[in-house]
Amino acid sequence: MTLLSTRGLSRQFAGLHAVQDVDFDLPAGQIRALIGPNGAGKTTFVSMLCGRIAPSAGEVIFDGQNVTGLPAHKRISLGMAYTFQVTSIFANLDVAENVALAARRHLRGAARVRGAVDRALEQVGLADRRDQPAGDLAYGHQRLLEIAMGLVQAPRLLILDEPTQGLSEGEIEDFVDLIKGLSGETTILLIEHNMRVVMASADHVSVLNFGEILAEGTPDEIRANPQVQAAYLGSPDA
Amino acid sequence: MEFGPYLMLASLEGAVTTAVLSLTAVGLSLVFGVMRVVNVAHGEFFMLGAVLAWWIASAIGGMGGNPALGFVIALVLAPLVVGSIAAVADLTILSRIDYDPERTIVATIGLLYIMQQVTLMTYGPDARPVEAPFNARIALPWVEFADGRPQIYWPWGFGTTTYKLGVIVAAAIVLLGVWFVMARTRIGLIMRATQLDRDMALAFGIPVGRVYAFVFGLGAGLAALAAVLVVPIQQAHYLMGGDPLLLSFIVVIIGGLGSLPGTVLAALLIGMSDGIISVFFSPTLAKIIATLLVALVLVFRPQGLFGTRATR
Amino acid sequence: MTAVRKSLLLHGGLLIVLFGLQFVLPAYHHGNLARIMVLASYAIGYNVLFGYTGLLSLGHAMFFAAGMYGMGLGIRFLEMSPALALLAGLAAGLILALVVGYLALRTVGVAFMIVTLMFAQALFLTILYFGKWTRGDEGFVIQQPERVLWGIDLSDPVNRYFAALLLFAVCLLVSLWLIQRPVGRVLIAIRENQERARMLGYDIFAHKLAAVMISGGISALAGAVYGLLFGYVGATFASVQYSIFPLLWVLLGGAGTVLGPFVGTLFMFYLIDLSSALTTAHMLIAGVVLVAVTLFAQQGIVGELRRRFWRWLP
Repeated sequence: MTLLSTRGLSRQFAGLHAVQDVDFDLPAGQIRALIGPNGAGKTTFVSMLCGRIAPSAGEVIFDGQNVTGLPAHKRISLGMAYTFQVTSIFANLDVAENVALAARRHLRGAARVRGAVDRALEQVGLADRRDQPAGDLAYGHQRLLEIAMGLVQAPRLLILDEPTQGLSEGEIEDFVDLIKGLSGETTILLIEHNMRVVMASADHVSVLNFGEILAEGTPDEIRANPQVQAAYLGSPDA
Repeated sequence: MEFGPYLMLASLEGAVTTAVLSLTAVGLSLVFGVMRVVNVAHGEFFMLGAVLAWWIASAIGGMGGNPALGFVIALVLAPLVVGSIAAVADLTILSRIDYDPERTIVATIGLLYIMQQVTLMTYGPDARPVEAPFNARIALPWVEFADGRPQIYWPWGFGTTTYKLGVIVAAAIVLLGVWFVMARTRIGLIMRATQLDRDMALAFGIPVGRVYAFVFGLGAGLAALAAVLVVPIQQAHYLMGGDPLLLSFIVVIIGGLGSLPGTVLAALLIGMSDGIISVFFSPTLAKIIATLLVALVLVFRPQGLFGTRATR
Repeated sequence: MTAVRKSLLLHGGLLIVLFGLQFVLPAYHHGNLARIMVLASYAIGYNVLFGYTGLLSLGHAMFFAAGMYGMGLGIRFLEMSPALALLAGLAAGLILALVVGYLALRTVGVAFMIVTLMFAQALFLTILYFGKWTRGDEGFVIQQPERVLWGIDLSDPVNRYFAALLLFAVCLLVSLWLIQRPVGRVLIAIRENQERARMLGYDIFAHKLAAVMISGGISALAGAVYGLLFGYVGATFASVQYSIFPLLWVLLGGAGTVLGPFVGTLFMFYLIDLSSALTTAHMLIAGVVLVAVTLFAQQGIVGELRRRFWRWLP
């Protein structure tokens, strides 16, 4: 079953085609990585998926429903979750409250929210920091908090925009384990620069270049694709 | 008086309002344009200009000086003093809150009350006039068609004063001067560079702090100058800052925030319609319509009536 | 002791102290405190929008005045009972808040401040324009017989004090309750990071509109009660000054704290009261405090206490 698809999705900024005519299909349960050189239009593309940016043309279909005209908060309540590329948390609120805000959208009752918050913090390893102000966390921990805020929503589609940026080696390994653990229950769209993460966690990879889909396939197929190598200036594991 | 001459008279009054208003509003617009802050105390700088003009004129008069001399000295000195006060306020208050837009508004509201109340405590609650340096009456002719041919006649009470015409001319000269400074001089270039990108200007070694203090002083000085020009027509009073502030806001918003030509155009629109509308409607009703108009312009057309939407 | 219990103790304690003061205060301060409690309720309304949602309005006098005139005109022309008139005032404030909020919330930041200022100015001028009914600047008095609510004469100082305390207690507890509720937490989230709150699936516009209505409603109720308790309705209460006052009180007391509005109102009231012995230019004090708070005490009094000592303060 296809959870998310786009048809002819395009976006121009002042005449420049940031994303052009993208047809994209994401089956339910899959972990999909979206890669591409800087400026390829990855963030613009996912921003259109979750409604932060309106497309110039084309449509977004989520779970059989055309959501192109829906505002962001309605798409989120249909089961999308989005974590920001640049860390975006409630710095003055404590860690648990950050996650609780994400949980309350679909959970009622203080006890259930608390349970979900504890589980999500446990999953990313921030359980012992639940009462700290989020702004006091180290950068890597703030990234993990973002991920916890995504997880706690129990989304049907989790969009992670460069989640491992700024994480240490050890944290990256934990992150890969975390993602793999979600395999099967949640559909994940992962924008990622770190090829090791992509190779280790993704079922399937889409490559975006100059706003168009350049190639799609399994991680191994993509690694072997000469066009992709050319797009990355000949360095397959950049 | 008949309708035609009546309208003509209203337009003349409107032109005087336009002249004073465009000076005041250009001051506000300049500050907003370059510094991206809203100066709520702008009306009080206007008021200070008028009150200082009275102090200076009566001091010169008290020493047996010519009233015209007193006025001329006030015309030069009052804007300078008010501009300096503003520059000091910028350096001691606004720069220390880093020109945060909301905090600046709160701080300038505080400044507004400080200046207004200190004036009340020193100058007192009375309205006081300043004598105009020249004030000859000019009777104006009107053309009427009688017996199938145009005839010139002089309606009773129909005319203006040389001083009012002088205000219009003076304002036009000052506005041209502001335009020249902004468009053709080095300091104008520096101001525009700061307006475009503060961080870039800093990187190029422009002393942004001093530029801001200068612009804030210049804006206040323009308001003070407008007030000195108006004080022979309208008396100096400690509460006189409210109306110019409100009208300048209206003008700057309708003209497109930070746009100088838009500001002058809007001042013309508001000044002329203020003169003409108040002939036909109650001034309160005119103000209600104007304030609602401003609010709706900001809601539905934030780039102003004459502005174009910024790309970012 | 948990934070919730501490905060109940603190706020409950304040209400008990205010109740007790009734019996010991000399008449002059007794009257002052009644006035302060009503004005602090207005400040609490303002704080919901400014302190908790992060929206700075420069036109809240329009809600205060809408409540006051809704109540006053109801009594004057429709011969409403005081209770009905209070409801009319509240309704007037809520309707105004709905309309103004719907329009003004399309703008942000400085534009929002100016739009609210302009709407308030338009209402003030409208009150002057319809001077035939509102008696403009002069205002009108609500006679003592019209101020008897359920057999209680509100012009009597003791009754007036209790009525003011009741209003204040309700507003204080409502604001305390609101910010513990999920919807209140969302308002705080919007203040902290609007885009993040939106991408968690919250309808920002609907929440902000709700905040404007809660804030406008509390302000209107305070205005209606003020008119009823002190027996006077006038255009001054719709002027810019009365929009600046709640901003000043909340900034001084501490924006985004439950107690801040009361502390700020109390301080400012007595600061002006004491200074009036020295000068008639009492707004000078307001100006100096505004500048000083922006420069030196961003958090306000209660905010500083929270930052330094009691992190649990709501």
